[in-house]
Amino acid sequence: MNIQQKVEILADAAKYDASCASSGAKRSGNGKGVGHSDGMGICHSYTPDGRCVSLLKILLTNFCTYDCVFCVNRISSDIQRARFTPDEVVKLTLDFYKRNYIEGLFLSSGIIQSPDYTMEQLLHVAKTLRTMHHFGGYIHLKAIPGASERLIEQAGLFADRLSANIELPTQQDLVQLAPEKKTTIIESTMNNIALRKEEADEDRRKLPSAPKFAAAGQSTQMVVGATPTTDREILKTATHLYGQYKLRRIYYTGFSPYPAADARLPLKPAPLIREHRLYQSDWLMRFYGFTAAELTSEEDPSLSLTEDPKTTWAKSHPEFFPVDVNAAPRESLLRVPGIGYRNVERILSIRKYHRLLLDDLKKLHVRVKNVLPYLITIDHIPRQQPVVNQAQPITQLDLFAPLSAFSGSL
Amino acid sequence: MKRLPLEPDFNAWREAAREALHLGFLPEELDFQDSTIPSTLDLTLESSDAPTGPPITTPHTSKAFLESAEYAAVHRDPQRWNLLYRILYRLQTNRNVLRISVDPDIAELERLESQVRRDLHKMHAFLRFRMVLEPDDPNPRPIVVDESFRTEPGPHHLVLATPTPFGLNHTELPHCEPDPHATPTPSQPDTCEHFIAWYQPDHRILPLAAPFFVERFGVMRWTILTPDASVSWDPTGKQLTFAPGLPRESAPAEDELEGLWRSYYASIYNPARLNPEMMRSEMPVRYWKNLPEISLLPNLITKSQSRVADMVTRQQQQPSAQPFVPEDHSLPKLRAALPACKGCDLFQHATQVVPGAGAAHAKLILVGEQPGDQEDLQGKPFVGPAGKILDRVMDELNIERSKVYVTNAVKHFKFVQRGKLRLHQNPRMSEISACRPWLLAEIDSIHPHVILCLGASASKSLLGGTFSLMRDHGKILNTPYANQVIATIHPSAILRARDKESGEQLYQFLRDDMALAWHTAQKPALTPV
Repeated sequence: MNIQQKVEILADAAKYDASCASSGAKRSGNGKGVGHSDGMGICHSYTPDGRCVSLLKILLTNFCTYDCVFCVNRISSDIQRARFTPDEVVKLTLDFYKRNYIEGLFLSSGIIQSPDYTMEQLLHVAKTLRTMHHFGGYIHLKAIPGASERLIEQAGLFADRLSANIELPTQQDLVQLAPEKKTTIIESTMNNIALRKEEADEDRRKLPSAPKFAAAGQSTQMVVGATPTTDREILKTATHLYGQYKLRRIYYTGFSPYPAADARLPLKPAPLIREHRLYQSDWLMRFYGFTAAELTSEEDPSLSLTEDPKTTWAKSHPEFFPVDVNAAPRESLLRVPGIGYRNVERILSIRKYHRLLLDDLKKLHVRVKNVLPYLITIDHIPRQQPVVNQAQPITQLDLFAPLSAFSGSL
Repeated sequence: MKRLPLEPDFNAWREAAREALHLGFLPEELDFQDSTIPSTLDLTLESSDAPTGPPITTPHTSKAFLESAEYAAVHRDPQRWNLLYRILYRLQTNRNVLRISVDPDIAELERLESQVRRDLHKMHAFLRFRMVLEPDDPNPRPIVVDESFRTEPGPHHLVLATPTPFGLNHTELPHCEPDPHATPTPSQPDTCEHFIAWYQPDHRILPLAAPFFVERFGVMRWTILTPDASVSWDPTGKQLTFAPGLPRESAPAEDELEGLWRSYYASIYNPARLNPEMMRSEMPVRYWKNLPEISLLPNLITKSQSRVADMVTRQQQQPSAQPFVPEDHSLPKLRAALPACKGCDLFQHATQVVPGAGAAHAKLILVGEQPGDQEDLQGKPFVGPAGKILDRVMDELNIERSKVYVTNAVKHFKFVQRGKLRLHQNPRMSEISACRPWLLAEIDSIHPHVILCLGASASKSLLGGTFSLMRDHGKILNTPYANQVIATIHPSAILRARDKESGEQLYQFLRDDMALAWHTAQKPALTPV
């Protein structure tokens, strides 16, 4: 089998991993080999599915001893198998890198022999790139769940990012679709990474020249829509993972059909918009101060497919609005639908020197029509307070209550 | 109004602006013009060129302004110099003016800056290098990008030849003397590997873009050509050399690695999630001319839907023998229906189907993998070399073949033809699953106490795709198909054993597991099946 055929098989097998980010790690050119990383991440191309091509995302092999129903590489799947030698991956990475096709390598693998053996293979590639070729580009390695701590520790020294996939939102889903995988084992690998990173960061605070450990942190991925698990449970799991293991990112990937899939799986892809709503909620939780419980309710545990979660929240919390653009604290501004994180920062900076008008918001590319009901500016007060859902209890006017006595109104 | 022609260079503007402030020019009294743009003949009479503002001898500026201005300065907007001067002038009286993003001047500055930054980012992303000299090229020769041009043969030497209306325009790139003692490695090309890229940025960003490539590709010898300017990097001298711009034809037309890159591009996307609008918004069409992978796009997009439809049909139509299995599971009926089975493709090459054989109410069923060469010819299970081993084991344990039922997980022989030989091939998981309804029908008819799976294929059929034979053989397992299923090795494994010792060990496994199965089968079933 030639390299081209291997690339076709092993890239095809890797495409169900959504992550291709190359951001978060700064690495200057070392003068001995090619490559640097400016921390921003660069997409060198985009594929027809609208995804960014940043890294050479490839499996070392798609042979796998596991039988996870949702995975194209499971042992019982009738697909063509291939295996790269570590040197082939090293050469491919460098050749692509030198032509400016990629930011680096994202290497994953089917589980062969044992988690430790597989992890060692991945490690070997990363180590060769870093030590023999002084490669300074981005490296993302899969942390194989169940691999020993020693290997994870080494992996973090060579890789900018490590990721152990949680695969499915709940333990029951895993029992159903990935019999060999256990949430506890996956999470213990995440925990190893988190602890080791914390130690390394601590060391670096004392001694800046101490080695970095996975500078771009760790991420994970879960497949959405392969099981009936609700958005509420998914967001709950996400909160737990972010809180417990300091994940940099969670990738939600809508289940999509793949060749030779198991008959137990749905035939249709999960709607892309559901994935999008999950990402929006994820952002709201990480950057906008929302909690998972606020975004859905026990009665309606799914995110709306027609409306973004921030608007849904705003509509059910009329008591919170309107918010005064020129006076409200950051946390309140962040909750206004139609105003993003960056614009909140800009508003906060501008309003120290200039009182904002509606027109100013237009200049910040805010869709003014959408935000009118929620905002107060110098020249705008919402005509009508957003309707409050709960009917006000009717009570007798109290002559002695300070407020109603003062204003004459309830 | 005073007109001031200016080279498109930020430092030239800084000089001019400092001077203008010093003289007391108000922003509206001054018009900076690009000297590269031919200015129209001015017909208006100017009453006065003299500055009317107060002279500013110690101008104030800020780091933030200079940083933004450096980006805005390379923008192609002809009004940028005037804008910068206006803001600089306002900065003298209001030091916070830059913070008010909604101010029209500041908004314009931010717009220019962000367009230039985006242009830079896209250049970092979409520029593609092409290699023009193989590292192990045995013959040092001049590389001429335009084939019609020849120079004196000499050491490694790169000439970019550009056809112009006045003949060829030659641009020489720095010589490369390969170090004869150095051993080239993929990361340290001490050879004369040279990478060339042609790119057309929207703005004059080459000087701002070059440091990125220096940092990233500092050990490589490279040249970036743009219509405005070109720049080369010499990794030994650690020096950038700027030169005039060159047209697209000066760059090499392809790179041998582009085929591999295209394969990667075509394989890494998911056809079930086609979203070309998203792709176009992130990678607008104007960048496509530099990207080798784009030639595949029309094909990829049109074929996506049919690929997905194919996958779904295949999943719906996974091979299965179920439609061929009669409702009546009695053994004679099954035997009669078997030859018509086309549940998977294996029937096409086999001589005949091989049904199970043995007692209709056996307490023990032995399940093998599939018929072999002899079985295929004779139409009976376990009559070949593996059958001999099985007989030997059963003889030693005093088990009569007629007391048990012997069958296979897959009922047709799968092989590859090698000359006259028909070499056995393992059935795939899909074939095992396709044939499972026959096996289940046989089990249903016989109601055995125990099923003994011989080998991995039979175990996969009844115990799941990930059953580990060497770990779990000889254990009594409960399954939906029978209360007591035991797995052991296939007799043919003994034939293939590495040496006598391991053959004996495997034989012992088989014998022990067979004995366990037989004795368990003699006890009454734990619960009625």
